[in-house]
Amino acid sequence: MFKGDFIQNLPKIYGTYTGGFIVFIILMALAEQAGVSAKNIGVMFVAFTVLIYALIGYLSRTIQVDAYYVAGRQVPTVFNGMATAADWMSGASFVALAGGVYFGGYTYMAFLVGWTGGYVLVATLMAPYLRKFGCYTVPDFIGTRYGGNAVRAAAVFVLFIASFTYVTAQINATGTIASRALGIPFEAGVWVGLISILICSMLGGMRAVTWTQVAQYIVLIIAYLIPVFWISSNVGGGIFPHLMLGDEVARLGELEQQFGLVKNSAADMKAAGVPGGLKYISGTHSGVPEGGMAVWKYLSLAICMMVGTASLPHILMRYFTTPTVRAARKSVAWSLFFIFLLYSSAPMLATLSKLALMDPNLPTGIIGKSISEVQSIEWVQRWSEVKQVFIADFNGDGILQLNEWFMRGDVVVLATPEVAGLPFVISGLVFAGGMAAAMSTADGLVLAISNALSHDIYYKIINPKAETSKRLLVARVLLVIIGAAGAYIASFRLTSILGSVAWAFDFAMSGLFFPLVLGVWWKRATREGAIAGIIAGIVSGTVYLTWVFPKFSVPLWGGVNTPFLGIDHLRFGLIGAPICLVVMVVVSLMTKEPSPATQKLVDDTRIPTGKAILGKQH
Amino acid sequence: MSNKDAYWNKTKNHMIVTLVLWAFFSLVIFMFGSELNTMSFLGYPLAYYMTAQGSLLAFVIILFWTANKQEKIDEEHGFSEREDD
Repeated sequence: MFKGDFIQNLPKIYGTYTGGFIVFIILMALAEQAGVSAKNIGVMFVAFTVLIYALIGYLSRTIQVDAYYVAGRQVPTVFNGMATAADWMSGASFVALAGGVYFGGYTYMAFLVGWTGGYVLVATLMAPYLRKFGCYTVPDFIGTRYGGNAVRAAAVFVLFIASFTYVTAQINATGTIASRALGIPFEAGVWVGLISILICSMLGGMRAVTWTQVAQYIVLIIAYLIPVFWISSNVGGGIFPHLMLGDEVARLGELEQQFGLVKNSAADMKAAGVPGGLKYISGTHSGVPEGGMAVWKYLSLAICMMVGTASLPHILMRYFTTPTVRAARKSVAWSLFFIFLLYSSAPMLATLSKLALMDPNLPTGIIGKSISEVQSIEWVQRWSEVKQVFIADFNGDGILQLNEWFMRGDVVVLATPEVAGLPFVISGLVFAGGMAAAMSTADGLVLAISNALSHDIYYKIINPKAETSKRLLVARVLLVIIGAAGAYIASFRLTSILGSVAWAFDFAMSGLFFPLVLGVWWKRATREGAIAGIIAGIVSGTVYLTWVFPKFSVPLWGGVNTPFLGIDHLRFGLIGAPICLVVMVVVSLMTKEPSPATQKLVDDTRIPTGKAILGKQH
Repeated sequence: MSNKDAYWNKTKNHMIVTLVLWAFFSLVIFMFGSELNTMSFLGYPLAYYMTAQGSLLAFVIILFWTANKQEKIDEEHGFSEREDD
């Protein structure tokens, strides 16, 4: 099935698939009318979509090395853009981004700029050159450009730390959504999620992951956009919220004035028993915080996320799959376009959701109403039971104030359809979208790690004479082991020790950004420089993280430390990456210039035409 | 200067222009967040609009523009790949 014509038929195949999915949504809406329970609709949504992905994964099985590692380098520009967008947008983006904007307002939106602006760096500094190089993995480029096993192993080490930090969070998200949608315990949900992830990737490697990610993108974008547009017209936001919410944003400013933005003391919240992870609104929605430090906090976060984006191996390796160098460039643009569709909608959803809850003139408004009245609302009861929302009457007046309403960020995406009076079929759709987002990212990450271990460590370092069948066997075994390790950590809820997803960006930028950029843009960069830079960057970044993050600093450094220049645990890449750069440049200049062969290799990398540096089969 | 060197010089300059535009929309404008927010666009305060949507859109446009421009540079120097490559 996947020969010759398959690529030409892609628009038709995915067009049919999209149509089929819409028909499925309509069928579910009819089933809801016919009295099928909300729970069963949720189960059917998740089960149906996951089965489709598994089918695609099975049909894309392969026994060829270049199909397994780089999808045979025949993924067309636009489809690679969709696959990258799904690879990129994690369960966290889907479920938590709007919640982040809801609580964090302007300050939080530095993440939006950071997670999109990074693609400009990917397109100008990295993607086309890595594609020309013809590598299978990111450490493959570093290992070949600088030469030697030590530098290759160092790159694999950074890749492992960054991607594994990220993957446990994704498997965790898959488990959460699977457990809620299927009504099973979280621990079981994690393993269900893992099996779904492995079915999509194990038989066909990058080829299977590519074609499932395209399918997952289609599901997740439909699942995100339909509710946003629908809610907007339901709460009077206009039919095209992105262009029409100016008045609503202004209204939120008025309401913030009216209710007052009060900061609760930690002691009060503890006394009232607010469950962990629940937040309340204490900052402005659209206002810019005053002062140089606030500006620096915004900029430093954006820088870390942008530079981190350009160093994350699971994203960079997507551009190894395009047919040409120019297709790789265009594909970055398409990726960002598809990402933009979701990211620009998240603040709109946050605005609508906030207004729906805050505006006393709307029937959905709850702030300013009596607490007993709010507690009798059905969705409030349902989400209170699972400790996702909480009410604490601090001033004892029986009226719900803005600072007395607590909610988990995820609730913004998961409950707003219900709050705004949309039918349950939409909530089922949102579950399927969240599952697609979490699975697609987990797939990309697990594959990035196991490919680096099987190609760079096993084949290039341990056993260069291995046969194709043995290489692919090792790759698949490693895939299962990495996935299981991630799920094991997730199922014990140990993810809290791994902290934030943002750490993955900081780790990657500390150890990989400059070795990748200078590998293309600076011929004088030497092997010794690269090894020293990678090690100095990742070690200094990690040491700084342990120093600045209270959970680590108390046992390791004997106390809580004030962040240096406001560089907190979300921004530690700002320590690692500059150190990596300085060490790499100094050591490179102190060591002997790279050989003429290496310099020629860099010259060839810079030009789109001609043979790839690494052969088709390597 | 060889054709390859000329090509690489042009590519380098193009990279710098792209990164200047990138820095403008990702960093420079947010240095003046509070000043920008006194202006409005589509009814949104301007800094809010830029971080929620405007800069994101600018990046998409920059990426398509930069890819097209680079393709022209490729063609000029005869390094353009065939479509069916």
